[in-house]
Amino acid sequence: MNRKRQIEIWVGVFMAIGFAALFLLAMKISNLGTAYSGELFHVTARFDNIGGLKTKAPVTIAGVEVGRVQEIRYDPDDFRAVVVLGIQGQYLGKIPDDSFANILTAGLLGEQYIGIDPGGSEDMLGEGSEISMTQSALVLEKIIGQFIFGKKKGSGTE
Amino acid sequence: MLNLLGGWGLQALTRLGRAHLLLLPLFRGLTEILRRPSLLVDQLYSVGVLTLLIIGVAGLFVGMVLALQGYNVLSRFGGDTALGFMVAASLVRELGPVLTALLFAGRAGSALTAEIGLMKATEQLSGLEMMAVNPECRVLAPRFFAGLLAVPLLAALFSCLGVLGGWMVGGGLLGVDQAAFWNGMQDGIDFNDDIINGVIKSLVFGFVCTWIAIFQGYDCVPTSEGVSRATTRTVVHSSLAVLGLDFVLTALMFG
Amino acid sequence: MEQSPADNREEPLVRIRGLRFRRGERWIFDGLDIDIPRGGITAIMGPSGTGKTTLLKLIGGQLAPDDGTIEVDGRDVHALSTTGLYRLRMRMGMLFQSGALLTDLSVFDNVAFPLREHTRLTESMIRKLVLLKLEAVGLRGARDLMPAELSGGMARRVALARAIALDPTMIMYDEPFAGQDPISKGVLVQLIRQLNDAADLTSVLVSHDVAEILQIADRVYVISGGRVIESGSPTELAESGGEWTRQFIHGLPDGPVPFHYPAPLLADDLLQGAVC
Repeated sequence: MNRKRQIEIWVGVFMAIGFAALFLLAMKISNLGTAYSGELFHVTARFDNIGGLKTKAPVTIAGVEVGRVQEIRYDPDDFRAVVVLGIQGQYLGKIPDDSFANILTAGLLGEQYIGIDPGGSEDMLGEGSEISMTQSALVLEKIIGQFIFGKKKGSGTE
Repeated sequence: MLNLLGGWGLQALTRLGRAHLLLLPLFRGLTEILRRPSLLVDQLYSVGVLTLLIIGVAGLFVGMVLALQGYNVLSRFGGDTALGFMVAASLVRELGPVLTALLFAGRAGSALTAEIGLMKATEQLSGLEMMAVNPECRVLAPRFFAGLLAVPLLAALFSCLGVLGGWMVGGGLLGVDQAAFWNGMQDGIDFNDDIINGVIKSLVFGFVCTWIAIFQGYDCVPTSEGVSRATTRTVVHSSLAVLGLDFVLTALMFG
Repeated sequence: MEQSPADNREEPLVRIRGLRFRRGERWIFDGLDIDIPRGGITAIMGPSGTGKTTLLKLIGGQLAPDDGTIEVDGRDVHALSTTGLYRLRMRMGMLFQSGALLTDLSVFDNVAFPLREHTRLTESMIRKLVLLKLEAVGLRGARDLMPAELSGGMARRVALARAIALDPTMIMYDEPFAGQDPISKGVLVQLIRQLNDAADLTSVLVSHDVAEILQIADRVYVISGGRVIESGSPTELAESGGEWTRQFIHGLPDGPVPFHYPAPLLADDLLQGAVC
């Protein structure tokens, strides 16, 4: 009987370790632990060029993540990319509607994300509203081209 | 020559048929297990607990090696912040399920085959039958479900310890930024796409490996030579099945 | 236990008619007829390789015959459903040549195994029953040993205790004396007789140990070439004029069963080798 008890304890330990590992995989290693699962509201933004932006890329204000890119599509009528941002519900009505959306790059070769610079308007962004002021992604080849041909323009430099 | 090939093919087909026929009583044995969970507990001990050590050590070292090698490549492009993502992705998607299944086949699968084969050779299975106990439900089914349950848990443990090993080497030895390591990992690894698919993979591998091990033991020639051949076959067939299935599953999931 | 349809003392417990069984191309049994009466010890003798173990497996329903019928207690074993067959097997004990003890269980747990599988007795009841059965085979003191620690004879006695755990109506012994020293043989002979008489069992022995068989059997069948060659009480057999039986019982090296395996003439064989 003693040995049987020992086996039961060991199997219990085994199961506990196994499920703990599964839990850690889900919460610590994947995005499940960091993902925001509450209400979202949607804002669209149009860009001339989104570069390497992907869905699920972070949307940040002042470097803090407030949402994720939900959908990217191309609008053939005005030849621009339409990006739908899912922003956490707690920021509904707290982002001015003249805010500025940039496509930025984390590090030199890192992932691209959207950074929002808040404007000064009294009116706030709501469900389905659009950010009209956007800046396209930095495309390295274009910058290099501009640099080589010496055409220094105001845009594209930081 | 053609004759030989045909004969071999027919033999392989009949074996495959017998293996499938075995599945039915295995699943019928589930009712018996639900009635007496202690049957499953005993088998989980020999299949799971005894495999724990090799899985843990292997996971840790594989993670450490991944971090070293990955760092060498990534730092050339200045991308060492992606190290966490690289280590975790290769572990969760591929190496965790596959290496766990291979180690499981070598450690637990071969032991299962040998045990069942010896029980057959020493007439223990016949003896059970004559005691009006169905050996398929009483002996094989608990082992089967223990394997099915143990492999996904072992694979999860393998991946976790692998990430830990990668973090130890990456963060500690190579000086990669800790926050970048974890954030890159959490951003890159998707719960549905990566974790769930990895678990599905290891479930499939657990099913196949345990099934092969049990069938080879139950179907072996009941002599010491037959048992040793069956044990070898278990390891070879399981390994090939795991690698082949891994390709198919990867193509389906990530293709 | 349920009432059997032919619970008649005169009816044989096992009736085998026209049994034919084939392994590969070779007919192991070719029209075998055997009656095993209730309450006695019936021995089935024959040289090695005549399929004596196969016969027991056929009676137990582990193998199916190619032709012919085997009835146990008036029921055709191979026409039974799986549950019916299992119910029948609970009334049969079988002692395998190797003992077939479960190697990962102790002696006590081995004997308790059928009780735990088939009855809903409490642990204390099981303990009492197991100790009684072990006492009957003289191994109550060995209850905590593992099968690997037992000698061959002891393993067989434990297996015997396990076989009688469910109080069966019939026990089949597969070569109980093979490979035993004279003392173990004597012990087993005595045990088989005692158990048979004390519990009103029907015993079927399969063996080629002539001396022991003639000592305890009530009735003996001698099979060879897939058929019954002779049958009768041990005294009848010992005085039998049949040439084959004489050779078998007295262990003569040559006779109807030739010393040489069929082969071409030695001289031809040797010459042929020289040509190549």
